[in-house]
Amino acid sequence: MLKSAGVLPGIKVDKGTVELAGTNGETTTQGLDGLGDRCKKYYEAGARFAKWRAVLKIGVNEPSQLAIHENAYGLARYAVICQENGLVPIVEPEILVDGSHDIQKCAAVTERVLAACYKALSDHHVLLEGTLLKPNMVTPGSESAKVAPEVIAEHTVRALQRTVPAAVPAIVFLSGGQSEEEATRNLNAMNQLKTKKPWSLSFSFGRALQQSTLKTWGGKEENVKKAQEAFLVRCKANSEATLGAYKGDAKLGEGAAESLHVKDYKY
Amino acid sequence: MSAFVSKYEDELIKTAKYIATPGRGILAADESTETIGKRFAGINVENTESNRQAYRELLFTSPGSYPCLSGVILFEETLYQKTSDGKPFVDLLMENGVIPGIKVDKGLVDLAGTNGETTTQGLDSLGARCQQYYEAGARFAKWRAFFKIGATEPSVLSIQEDARVLARYAIICQENGLVPIVEPEVLTGGSHDIKKCAAVTETVLAAVFKALNYHHVLLEGTLLKPNMVTPGSDSPKVAPELIAEYTVTALRRTVPPAIPGIVFLSGIQREEQATLNLNAMNKLDVLKPWTLTFSFGGALQQSAIKAWAGKPENVAKAQAKFLTRCKANKDATLGKYTGWASGDSAAFENLVVIGYSG
Repeated sequence: MLKSAGVLPGIKVDKGTVELAGTNGETTTQGLDGLGDRCKKYYEAGARFAKWRAVLKIGVNEPSQLAIHENAYGLARYAVICQENGLVPIVEPEILVDGSHDIQKCAAVTERVLAACYKALSDHHVLLEGTLLKPNMVTPGSESAKVAPEVIAEHTVRALQRTVPAAVPAIVFLSGGQSEEEATRNLNAMNQLKTKKPWSLSFSFGRALQQSTLKTWGGKEENVKKAQEAFLVRCKANSEATLGAYKGDAKLGEGAAESLHVKDYKY
Repeated sequence: MSAFVSKYEDELIKTAKYIATPGRGILAADESTETIGKRFAGINVENTESNRQAYRELLFTSPGSYPCLSGVILFEETLYQKTSDGKPFVDLLMENGVIPGIKVDKGLVDLAGTNGETTTQGLDSLGARCQQYYEAGARFAKWRAFFKIGATEPSVLSIQEDARVLARYAIICQENGLVPIVEPEVLTGGSHDIKKCAAVTETVLAAVFKALNYHHVLLEGTLLKPNMVTPGSDSPKVAPELIAEYTVTALRRTVPPAIPGIVFLSGIQREEQATLNLNAMNKLDVLKPWTLTFSFGGALQQSAIKAWAGKPENVAKAQAKFLTRCKANKDATLGKYTGWASGDSAAFENLVVIGYSG
């Protein structure tokens, strides 16, 4: 059904995070065992791309070299196994927004992490032209003062210019704990920025596309149509944002402006 | 930012961007005293300071060449030399919109335990030297690392070591106001095909950019001087379009968009060859987020030095040859070269000197 409507189905293939012993709560992601066979099955079932989420946090001593290295090389193994089996790997090195750090700190960490990821992808012979990147936007920590979308756009795009090769066709941002409206505005600001952007900048939103839809539905059959309308509002807004054409006039659904931040988010 | 912030940040960014101006490129005139001696031997000219000064003056005063050039790389001796009228070379160049740069590495040493692989030395007191060069008028620097292709080369050791050393050089330059040109040359020697060269070039460049990131180098104030991706010197030649495709693909896979310009080395390529390849790259219809231009030594000078042959009465003739290559390469940076300069006699002579280490 999705395919006939021009929407490609993808599949989450990681098996969640496990702690890295000897670190201060840092993690790595599991799921490599038998991954090739699983990818084959998913391909047969119609999937054409996959996703794997690595998680890093910012702290006094975090992310550690170990966490960066381990997660980057896990992502690279996942990516090449996917490509061997016909699935485009979305590479997701999420740096959690939790913390009281400023935007500069987030930028520095994001650049470190992305550089490590692309070195690992190169080492593992991953075809960059057949991958996508799903990074965090560069923002202040959740406990710090908010900044304007233009500031987020500037820091984010600069971090990407410094680390993401032009061979990567598109960057599809995660929304993290941002509210629906925030995520859309930030994406829009990035696409309005007049600077070198050799990759498309688009969205891969979970909560930031579904929040008001979920609230509107409330599990009730009779609310389906209204919920779908709420979903369409966010879809259209983000579609415009990928073109830098969002005017900020989306009819805000219930909870569209609510923060969706959950500490140490796992899903 | 992962880049450290030096007091020179704005200047570094501005200089790097200027050097990468479309339609301009770099003259690599930084041959060491020993190397220029080899070139002079080829035209029966004695390797004296006065001859070295005369030859460089010929190049730096070539009428019409300035709009084709954004920079000239100099050897240390040349940085302090003057025209016969007593004007410092650096002032002459700066006044004419050409930025002086300086070779700062101190040549190669063997890596013990490898099969003839090398690292580059020159880090000792590099900061202090950069400061002096900045005071003398230099605004960018160059450091060359070599990688050879063989059955087991380049080794992980040579890649890690040379990448690390390039990154240290780069950050020290930036601390002292010089834009670092990072030159990781994958040598052409060998019978490998173009795909092998592409694979090695991509691996080397990935390692170099990882090291630059690790050492907090400001990419917006850095330039890359790579080899073009070609078959080995003992393999059959291929068309410029193929070289362009493999080269640009390799760069798209490894060079972050923050780098303002990529200034190719010509290596052992003949003058016309290098120009045609550069032109093909700029004509390629694919997204290239950095300028693609030249940093040519032999491929700009070969005809000129032959025409000069050490004689003052040949200066104008030699300058005309030099200007021809400058203009041809200027066109090539814009993808507009039509092959009009191919008639030049020395353009087809092979520049191969085995073990070329300028």
